[in-house]
Amino acid sequence: MKREIPLIITFIAGTVFVVAYFVPHSPFNRAESLFNDWFAILAAFAIWLGALNLLKICALKVSRRSKDWYLGFVIIVGFFVTVAVGAYDGVVGLSNVPATAFRDPGTNFDWIYRNVYTPLSATMFAMLAFFVASASYRAFRARNFQATLLLLAGFLVMLGRVPVGDLITGFLPPAYQMSQWATWIMDFPQTAGQRAIMIGIALGIISTSLRVILGIERSRLEGE
Amino acid sequence: MKKLIAPVIIVVVILLLYFVVPKPLEFSPVTSTIILSLIGLALVAMLILTIAGKMIGRRTVFIFIAVALTLPFMMNFKMPIRITPEVQSLYDALEQLPAGSKVLAAYDFDPPSAPELQPMADAFMTYAFKKDLRVIIMGLWPQGPQQAQLSIEAALEDKEVAAKNLQYGVDYVNLGFQAGNEFVIQRMGSAFRGMFARDSKDTPYDDIPLLKGVENFSNIDFVMNFSAGKPGTQEWVQIAVDRFGVTLGAGNTAVQAPGMYPFLKGGQLVGLLGGMSGGAEFELVTGEPGKAAGFMLSQSCAHVVVIAFILIGNVAMLLARKKK
Amino acid sequence: MGESVIGAWIAAFLTLGILTFLYKDNVIYKISEAIFIGVSAGYWFITLFWDNLYRKFWVVGIEGGQWELWGGIILGVMMLCRLSRKIGWIARWPMSFIIGAVAGLYMMLYFTSNAMVQIRSTISNLTESVNVGDPYYIIGNIVVAAGTFSGLVYFYFSKEHKGVFGATAKVGIWFIMVTFGAAFGYTVMSRMSLLIGRIDFLLSDWLKLIS
Repeated sequence: MKREIPLIITFIAGTVFVVAYFVPHSPFNRAESLFNDWFAILAAFAIWLGALNLLKICALKVSRRSKDWYLGFVIIVGFFVTVAVGAYDGVVGLSNVPATAFRDPGTNFDWIYRNVYTPLSATMFAMLAFFVASASYRAFRARNFQATLLLLAGFLVMLGRVPVGDLITGFLPPAYQMSQWATWIMDFPQTAGQRAIMIGIALGIISTSLRVILGIERSRLEGE
Repeated sequence: MKKLIAPVIIVVVILLLYFVVPKPLEFSPVTSTIILSLIGLALVAMLILTIAGKMIGRRTVFIFIAVALTLPFMMNFKMPIRITPEVQSLYDALEQLPAGSKVLAAYDFDPPSAPELQPMADAFMTYAFKKDLRVIIMGLWPQGPQQAQLSIEAALEDKEVAAKNLQYGVDYVNLGFQAGNEFVIQRMGSAFRGMFARDSKDTPYDDIPLLKGVENFSNIDFVMNFSAGKPGTQEWVQIAVDRFGVTLGAGNTAVQAPGMYPFLKGGQLVGLLGGMSGGAEFELVTGEPGKAAGFMLSQSCAHVVVIAFILIGNVAMLLARKKK
Repeated sequence: MGESVIGAWIAAFLTLGILTFLYKDNVIYKISEAIFIGVSAGYWFITLFWDNLYRKFWVVGIEGGQWELWGGIILGVMMLCRLSRKIGWIARWPMSFIIGAVAGLYMMLYFTSNAMVQIRSTISNLTESVNVGDPYYIIGNIVVAAGTFSGLVYFYFSKEHKGVFGATAKVGIWFIMVTFGAAFGYTVMSRMSLLIGRIDFLLSDWLKLIS
């Protein structure tokens, strides 16, 4: 039963969405809407599962005084402070007339968002700029024709998509300046490659989805 | 003691910059030219060293890129920005909307992508309010509605927009976020209130004047999606456009933008703003030059430096091959 | 000191804290990273609580009397069973629902938008441009058609890449390389933009060095 019921659930859920796509009438459209609602609620639980799992791991780390256990403690404190502030602002917001949202400007939650969450998350990703630059210097080599093609396309797009490209080629008529070359690459050869990749991925997804719905692909159930 | 030297220097520099350096700091054209020339000379020095077999250290590259990106902020060069067809077509589609049209603005991004998407989103919101479009905001990313709030604040700083005395619930509304990715869009296809029974301020859907008569996508004149990944533009195309027939424009991070060209060329998107340069073009075409347009000098410098890095590395490789 | 100034200093400290990693991994970076993880998890948790559980389930399901939404809650609670070793297997039911729903939906969406519409527009764009007669678009759309076809041939691994088939696949890989090159160019643009955003914060919002 541990294997059969999940397979039946997968089949029903998948079939409803496929059939409702072709027959958007009752009862299929109602079933589709209901499943959409369930999915939305379930998605929240899936993310909570992740958050709770993180807390569990951190709590274990702290209780066992493992290496860098204090970082686990910081994570737990960060989590609970944010949750407490968001919960408080939400409850206060509901009692306000007119009601306000927990994330509205001026709330403590919004303050955390703007002054803690935003700089930390944004800087984490911004650091990639340094590593891209470093990798460009150390690793990006035109060792063969294909790599050279890649590099040339990259150069044209990099220069053509910012004003400096047209400055460099300012002596040419406007129709032949760098931005026009970049536009041509993006519109035609680049689109062709993207389209081939896109269609290839689509075919892969279609066949895998079919295998999953029909229960042929069941590796996720292994291990029981 | 040695370990303390670097932090102390950093603190001193910060304090000097904060309290001593006159503000705003702006270089004259001559100083700017000298600085850019020095950056060029440093690149030449780097080339010579690399050819000599001395690869530049990782941290030196980091410092170089930081300097090359920071100094242009204080320069005042005007750069010609050409409007690309995909930005122009988006603007043209927006221009065709009559006043009072209902526009759904989907903010599907978070703070890490904000430098690319926030300027175009701000320009869009300002433009929409000036044109008397009614904006319905939502997000498939939890941070989206908060980023939208920043756009509203930026738009309200505009005198023309402020003079309109816009009212929440009448001229714009923030529906907030719902989990479920593409399933949210799909549910909205049958009924918006199925996913957003109340707006983010807990006002019931039916009590919001702007949403009177808005049942599903058939009551929306235009959808504008600002996207940093998944769920984002692809999902909006797949469901809102191809299944429910909405007109969709998109603003994407540069990483994501190339992947959207098949949709653009397939007519599934009416226009596309790609990355900060797309944002800069949109700012100019809507007549609202803002942050993105201002950042173009810094962005240009960064691109030139990266290209120079690649060329230096390759020249060194070719010479090494010849020697062998 | 106003609230915004304190906020800017905290944000600046955290920004610099993360950037210290560029020198080397250190305790300031680790703490900043831990704060990020904790706050981020808390942010998602509480946002989903108010926007999802409250506004979707409580308002619609309980106050609105749509009892069928309990199905989502039941599946959700089953999902949380994953936290326990003993009853973790129960989580397979909601997982199966998610997998089935995603498979069913994706099958149709990708078939329509990413396969059929793309094939159709590859052909229709070419015929339209021939009808219009503009050589720029005619050549461009021939390039798109040839590139898409040869790219697909390259991805077909059930036949050995030899002869005409191999030559077509070779052209396909050239197109894909151009695509990757353009993607690389855009990626550089993206990453640099993100750094520009942080530099703008430090110089403008925090140090007020630029207007």
